Amino acid sequence: MPTPLLSVRDLVVEFPTRRGTLRALDHVSFDIAEGEVLGMVGESGAGKSLTGAAIIGLLEAPGRIAGGEVWLKGERIDNLSPEKMRRVRGRRIGMVFQDPLTSLNPLYTVAEQLIETIRTHLDLSEKDARKRAVGLLDRVGIPAAARRIDDYPHHFSGGMRQRVVIALALAAEPELVIADEPTTALDVSVQAQIIDVLKEACIERGASVMLITHDMGVIAETADRVAVLYAGRMAEIGPVRDVIQAAEHPYTSGLMGAIPTLTQTADRLTQIPGSMPRLNAIPQGCAFNPRCKHVFDRCRRDRPELIARGGGRHVACWLFDGAMEKADV
Amino acid sequence: MSDTLLSVHGLTRHFDVSKPWLNRVIERDDRQFLTASDDVSFDIRKGETFALVGESGSGKSTIAKMIVGLLEPSAGEIRFDGKVMDFASGAAMRALRRRFQMIFQDPFASLNPRWRVGDIIAEPIRTFGLMRGAEIGREVGRLLDVVGLSAADAAKFPHEFSGGQRQRIAIARALSSRPEFIVCDEPTSALDVSVQAQILNLMRDLQDEFGLTYLLISHDLSVVRHMSNRIGVLYLGRLVEVADAKRLFTDPQHPYTRMLLDAVPDLALSGRRRTPVTGEVPNPINPPPGCAFHPRCPHVMPECRQIQPQSIPTATGTAACHLLGQGAPRAQQG
Ligand SMILES: Nc1ncnc2c1ncn2[C@@H]1O[C@H](COP(=O)(O)OP(=O)(O)OP(=O)(O)O)[C@@H](O)[C@H]1O
Ligand SMILES: Nc1ncnc2c1ncn2[C@@H]1O[C@H](COP(=O)(O)OP(=O)(O)O)[C@@H](O)[C@H]1O
Ligand code: SF4
Ligand code: SF4
Ligand SMILES: [Mg+2]
Ligand SMILES: [Mg+2]
Repeated sequence: MPTPLLSVRDLVVEFPTRRGTLRALDHVSFDIAEGEVLGMVGESGAGKSLTGAAIIGLLEAPGRIAGGEVWLKGERIDNLSPEKMRRVRGRRIGMVFQDPLTSLNPLYTVAEQLIETIRTHLDLSEKDARKRAVGLLDRVGIPAAARRIDDYPHHFSGGMRQRVVIALALAAEPELVIADEPTTALDVSVQAQIIDVLKEACIERGASVMLITHDMGVIAETADRVAVLYAGRMAEIGPVRDVIQAAEHPYTSGLMGAIPTLTQTADRLTQIPGSMPRLNAIPQGCAFNPRCKHVFDRCRRDRPELIARGGGRHVACWLFDGAMEKADV
Repeated sequence: MSDTLLSVHGLTRHFDVSKPWLNRVIERDDRQFLTASDDVSFDIRKGETFALVGESGSGKSTIAKMIVGLLEPSAGEIRFDGKVMDFASGAAMRALRRRFQMIFQDPFASLNPRWRVGDIIAEPIRTFGLMRGAEIGREVGRLLDVVGLSAADAAKFPHEFSGGQRQRIAIARALSSRPEFIVCDEPTSALDVSVQAQILNLMRDLQDEFGLTYLLISHDLSVVRHMSNRIGVLYLGRLVEVADAKRLFTDPQHPYTRMLLDAVPDLALSGRRRTPVTGEVPNPINPPPGCAFHPRCPHVMPECRQIQPQSIPTATGTAACHLLGQGAPRAQQG
């Protein structure tokens, strides 16, 4: 098996607080292959953003990685010095966040910001860097890029700004782009454009993508594989088509039935009772057990690990424990 | 139509978005107006769910606020149960206010954090003098039960609840004056999908149980498809299409409706190839002349740049586009 581009092993992220330590990510493991788009879904608070932040070394204090490892192309990056990590960010891992303004400095023109990023990481002359910057803007669909490049971020609309951010994320030819809810702040008709540009521009340049979103529809159209997070743990991971059309984890299958679609005719949506637990109230055993209609004794006692189901799919649920021989879900 | 509950005709609202007087004098700017709702007309029948969809800034909330009497129209009229709403008469508005309620997008902002849940829910009952004494407490308990919470929750404060539970509280409050009509402005867009499903199911159950009529406002076409009987599509303050829900999705008449449909990610993995959606919503202060959609429209014709299309009848509603009406063979393209 080839070395994955990114490998996250048993990642644990904790927040020490006065009333004890909160564990926000609890032994999360997954790989991203070269050229792959991995979607990461989950409800708000599931730990999607923290996973991205931990990988790029941008956890905000007091949050800290309390266990596990992150490997980028066979090199461990979770224990690098801040200085070395800064070089990995931008150069090897590009980032796109929900609000384009967090990535753009209002005081500098788009040209200044792109050229600065390019020249920090690549050995190019000012002139070549500018040419490269214009090419990138053009690629992400900024009309009249050669002229617009000298504008300030606030001269661009929301969608255009997010295009600029994508160009910025790709400026130093990273191997991986982590996009955290890149379209959530945008209008419906603009979301589809941005997702297309993000995917195509990355794949064309050989960058893998970790796409964080709460929108299963976006994942369906964009990702190769999808990872489903629940209460800081991986519930299910596998090829998009398998997970969407035949989810195995009771949480994932409930979630799929809960999403209204344009084609469905059902009168009622599938209902998962309750809501995701807070970090200080995660139940013993399977974190989903109070909401699960298949719950049995073992679920309340022991935490299920990811179980390989063939075809690259893994499910953390005791229903699929080989020893149980209980396949009638 | 006799069973029409709410009828909106020519509803228009301008906002003055001019710079301060001194700036205008110095910069020689004119006063500027933004038309958030422009000549909007539709009817809502008793017991149905009518949805308004549109992107941010299309005027959805402005229309909702005018209908519930929180904002005065610049022109046009609203009829509720046959009577024209008279914004000038406090008494008439008060009498109407009991009969309709509103649920807002943000369940965090819409509940007073210093009030106990019981008092929040009882407020409309007290305001309209519907009940007294111990009866109110019993009614609050019953309403909490109806929305899937428990009577004991009346003693708690809003911050003790999750987003979905707060939206349930907002719904219980809206139900407490026994309204016939509820305006729901993005009731689930701040919620996660699993919680959204609970709230949408609850809204449907309540509609069946109490014969409620809903005006549902949302930017999410899938939610709208799931919930409504009829749908109006807004673009820059104008209603570009109205149709039966099923029809709108199988046979959209207006190019903008079609574009919105094409922008929805395909969860069914059908691999349908869609027309790429282009452009963004322009600045509503200076909307494009003629058909405001013309800069983004794949079917744009010369007249679209100058003449504003009027709403004309379609199979199940109306649409405002120059392609229609002229018996247009051009309507076939694309
Ligand atoms: N009080 C106000 N003063 C000036 N402009 C306003 C005011 N209220 C609304 N507008 C403008 O009117 C237009 C319609 O606003 P509205 O809030 O109705 O949009 P919406 O369709 O509800 O959008 P969203 O999806 O963002 O909630 C927008 O351009 C908005 O900026
Ligand atoms: N600074 C912090 N202090 C305490 N808890 C935090 C902090 N930041 C995030 N969390 C918690 O970690 C969990 C995961 O957060 P996050 O990764 O942002 O979720 P998502 O992106 O999936 O919505 C949440 O329960 C959140 O409340
Ligand atoms: S482990 Fe048990 S409680 Fe958890 S999802 Fe599986 S069946 Fe449900
Ligand atoms: S009127 Fe013209 S520009 Fe407007 S939607 Fe119809 S064809 Fe397109
Ligand atoms: Mg997040
Ligand atoms: Mg609104």
